Amino acid sequence: MTDAAFVHRGTGRWSFGVLHLSGLALALIIALGFMAPLIAPYDPNAVNLLNRLKPPVWLDGGSWAHPLGTDSIGRDLLTRCLYGVRTSFGIAVFGLIFSAVLGVALGLLSGLGGRWVDRSVMTVTDVFITLPNLLLLLCGITLLGTEIWVLVLMIGLVRWEAYARLVRGQVLTLREQGYVEASRALGSSRMRIALEHILPNLASPLVVILTLSFPGVLLMEAGLSFLGVGVQPPTPSIGRMIGDGRDYLVNAWWVSGVPSIVIATITLLFQLIGDSLRDRIDVRADG
Amino acid sequence: MLRFMAIRFGRALITMFMVLVIAFITLRLSGTPFAMMFPEGITDEHQAALEAKYGFDRPIWEQFIVYLGDIASGNFGRSLYTSQPVWMMYAVRMPATLMVGGLALLLAIAIGIPLGAAAALYRGRASTSAGMGLAFLGYAVPHFVIGIGLILFFGYYLALLPATGLETPNHYILPVVTLAIPMIAAIARFMRAAMLDAIGHDYVTTALSKGLTDRRIARIHILRNAMIPLITVLGLEIAGLLNGSIFVEAVFSLPGVGRVLIDAVQGRDYPVLQFGVIAYAAIVVSVNLLVDLAYVVADPRVRLEK
Repeated sequence: MTDAAFVHRGTGRWSFGVLHLSGLALALIIALGFMAPLIAPYDPNAVNLLNRLKPPVWLDGGSWAHPLGTDSIGRDLLTRCLYGVRTSFGIAVFGLIFSAVLGVALGLLSGLGGRWVDRSVMTVTDVFITLPNLLLLLCGITLLGTEIWVLVLMIGLVRWEAYARLVRGQVLTLREQGYVEASRALGSSRMRIALEHILPNLASPLVVILTLSFPGVLLMEAGLSFLGVGVQPPTPSIGRMIGDGRDYLVNAWWVSGVPSIVIATITLLFQLIGDSLRDRIDVRADG
Repeated sequence: MLRFMAIRFGRALITMFMVLVIAFITLRLSGTPFAMMFPEGITDEHQAALEAKYGFDRPIWEQFIVYLGDIASGNFGRSLYTSQPVWMMYAVRMPATLMVGGLALLLAIAIGIPLGAAAALYRGRASTSAGMGLAFLGYAVPHFVIGIGLILFFGYYLALLPATGLETPNHYILPVVTLAIPMIAAIARFMRAAMLDAIGHDYVTTALSKGLTDRRIARIHILRNAMIPLITVLGLEIAGLLNGSIFVEAVFSLPGVGRVLIDAVQGRDYPVLQFGVIAYAAIVVSVNLLVDLAYVVADPRVRLEK
């Protein structure tokens, strides 16, 4: 190496086009998932014991009747994957919305509510950031059961801290801006300032951070379902399918393998999008 | 600096108190567990006698005081099913979790730091790009998918390594690697970013203009400065290990503490669950305190802060 070349070399990023391609692929998967009832070839819970553990079409013994094979009680894996994507995205989207509403509300309260409100909200936020999410989720699930609304509620309850911090940080800068001061001088109430001047300015960093945290939320649901404490059968869920297929890894790898590939593809696409978004717009959750 | 540590310590105490409150709420507000223990139903007298025995008939704040007293004296209760003391249920499972987790952490540090550093110093070379590409995969894909993939490839397709249990040293390879992969990825990615950040600083330019060798600049001016924020990442990774081990233990059917926790959730065995929550939280909080201490030791900017 001559003359410390590492100081001058570029960072060699390869995000050109990646954002659009992965965005498109992801949109396609989501669309297929949400159209599951229209396009899926079978009923997701239709048991067919004569067709147990049929391999995917590209393996010996597979057929186009079940392109991705069947599971231990003969349910079509393609159908269940489509429905599973739908379940997982549904839970993740609603969980994320709930956590965003909670986080934004608490962040605004903290940023505009005065010193003591700020301190108490931030203490609670610090505590929640320290606690492992999975533990809180397990407590909530033990307490309330494993219905889908519980999963949405709990995911919302464990994910709000990052948004609260972001919003508070932004509010602290925004409230010193000239137009906010002008509005205050004209006698606007705190509520009005929050809703009319602060909130609209929060939109773009918030959208970025929500996109970045979406795969985490998705994996939270998948992980819980994999462990058997998330979405309960017979509702199709990708995580649950992977978990249930573990018993058949030796002779029918596709029962876990196919949904594993699905979830891996989805998270990779999200990560690609997140990385190129992060390169373009620099927003951090912790600040 | 004393003030800094005092604030951190106070925060840790508040966090632990909140954890105890949450654990207690989970433990008690869920109602009595007797319906779960006797699915065929029990008589009212029997129910009342059991409630009196377990102290469920007293007011909630009184139960909380009693609970705090129990915790302080090391009495964490017994499983509702097996009547074993809960700490013992965890203690017998602890060695497996510690062993796999510890090995994974060592492996992640041993691979992640050099990989990230090399990726920052030799940007654009095919080998480092490939390494970071793999790290990218490991960062995005969850433990349980990595684990299933490794089992299928090394366990069944190549039939090289055992896929479940922990009987021989060979059994450790797949779970440890599974647990380490996301950590390697996180450490490498962070290390690369921290090194790139350090490279851009004025002190590197100064070092260059002083005519120092590349090696010396890389080692002393870039690597050392990049290592300090790495402390935080390692702290986060250790906390994340607890999380990951639950999944890895489920994938490889390991006799670790993760299974105890999940069984407790499924069986609504509250005493077992609350001990797990308190213990996990205590570990995370202590790791965070250690991270703060490590900062004080490693970074004079923090040490000399008023």
